[in-house]
Amino acid sequence: MKFSKTLYVGVGLLGALVLAAIFAPLITSFDPNEPDYANTLLGPTAQHWLGTDPLGRDVFTRLIYGARIDLAIGLLAVVLPFIIGVSLGLLTGWRGGKTDSIIMRLVDTFIAFPFYVLAIALVFIFGPGIKSIIIAITLVGWVAYCRIVRANVLVAKEQDYIHAARLTGLPSSRILRRHMLPNVISQSIVFAMSDIVLSILAIVSLGYLGLGVPVPTAEWGSMIQEGQGYISQQWWLATLPGLMVVYVGFSLSLIGDGLVARLER
Amino acid sequence: MSYLTYVGKRLLQMLPVLFGISIAVFAIVHLIPGDPADVLLGQNATDARVKILNKKLGIDRPLLVQYFAFVWDLLHGSLGTSFYNRESVSSLILGRLPETGMLLFGGVILSILIALPLSILAASKRGAFRDQLVRAIPIVGLGMPQVWVGVMLILLLGLRFPLFPVSGFGETFPERIHSIFLPSLTIAILLSPILIRSLRASMLEILDSDYVLTARAKGISTARITRVHVLRNAIIASVTVLGINIAYLVGSMVVVERVFAISGTGSLMIDSISRRDYPIVQGVTLYFAFIVVLVSLITDLIHAALDPRVVVK
Repeated sequence: MKFSKTLYVGVGLLGALVLAAIFAPLITSFDPNEPDYANTLLGPTAQHWLGTDPLGRDVFTRLIYGARIDLAIGLLAVVLPFIIGVSLGLLTGWRGGKTDSIIMRLVDTFIAFPFYVLAIALVFIFGPGIKSIIIAITLVGWVAYCRIVRANVLVAKEQDYIHAARLTGLPSSRILRRHMLPNVISQSIVFAMSDIVLSILAIVSLGYLGLGVPVPTAEWGSMIQEGQGYISQQWWLATLPGLMVVYVGFSLSLIGDGLVARLER
Repeated sequence: MSYLTYVGKRLLQMLPVLFGISIAVFAIVHLIPGDPADVLLGQNATDARVKILNKKLGIDRPLLVQYFAFVWDLLHGSLGTSFYNRESVSSLILGRLPETGMLLFGGVILSILIALPLSILAASKRGAFRDQLVRAIPIVGLGMPQVWVGVMLILLLGLRFPLFPVSGFGETFPERIHSIFLPSLTIAILLSPILIRSLRASMLEILDSDYVLTARAKGISTARITRVHVLRNAIIASVTVLGINIAYLVGSMVVVERVFAISGTGSLMIDSISRRDYPIVQGVTLYFAFIVVLVSLITDLIHAALDPRVVVK
């Protein structure tokens, strides 16, 4: 396997942020959520590298701790859609017929709901917070994996190695698990990289709307919202959290491209 | 298959989807914990009053009966009335239509104006520096949060260089165009990376096609080939890509409206959440889902009319 530069750069960039998030208490000694009314809206100083927010909290600290929330939920939120989507995609592609038409109509229905509209409606039902975000992303997210895997299964089904496996009389479940899955899953894994970005974007947007992770927890979306009010003086308050997301998006898309390059070999 | 058969088949395909949507939206409201009466009468209402109200709202009936009543009302164009001010939900939504419609339209136009030239530029010289540059746009662009793009545009074009209003929706038409520009540009910046990705690919396909080769062989100039053959096909391709991404577009719009304090349909929904006004939440959800279904139907039909290969498949 050839050395893929893109993949390693992407993993390196993302890894650095993940490490910073995990070891946040070692990097900074401030509390991300405790207000300090004596030091509000400071510019960058030796003590507060990126200044402080309207409640006197250290911006650098909040950016790093925000990574804990946004990265963790972003990653967590794609696990269920991945599992559900891939399983249903395998099933629907393999069985075809009635199963296929029922699942595909279900897919069409979920595609019709704009993600943010559904997410907002679900937050309405379950109340703001991590649970609603994960339910919303799961409800909408599985569809993409299902379609990708189904398309791959339809192609793989007609190939000799699957015909051969069928002729030897192996049960369907074993063919799907051992022969089909390893051959059809790669595209879904690549898609999952951009899907993580999409789910982080969702967390950020919901946080901005006040429907996401409740304040005062450091989270990039609510930081953008809080910063918008001070944009004419302290422009960095709203700018930096967004740049964090762009950074994550950039590194994940490098990882995605790197994976494609690797898998195509 | 003839075009008419295709239209019929496509319409039939819509029925289960519409059915699914009605079930999902109905379920959303019935999944909400607690009675609507709690919201309308407050937590301290007596049981007797709650019972009377439930009877009035019809929620003491069996679920199936309620579902059919809901569909029956829908078919008659009624989305119910707001809990908050007793106005009809459909007229509330229609009242917000100018804002939402202009934003959607402006976003689509601007994104085509951004994406089309860039894709042509990239595809015209495959692998060159300018192609690499355009291909890098989606890598960065797809990771930008919607709200952040809006806030950055406010910072740059609203405050640093105060060219455009940063919030609200003007009174006269020119004022409205002026104030809708930044939100539309926000949507365009979000959509362009998606458009560029697919447009560049379809442009390369067109440039490699036999009819372009024939045109070249006939000695037609590159400029004319681009204008007559490539551009026309590329616009069809952009419409299709936009149609596929309509759900994303509508969803982003809800968020962007909020950034620029535009009181469109999305804001209506978000405001209704804090008031726990569920007929509105239900109505807007349904309305958006319906728009998405309708737009993808229209896109498919236009696409099929322009490209006979779709019908044959």
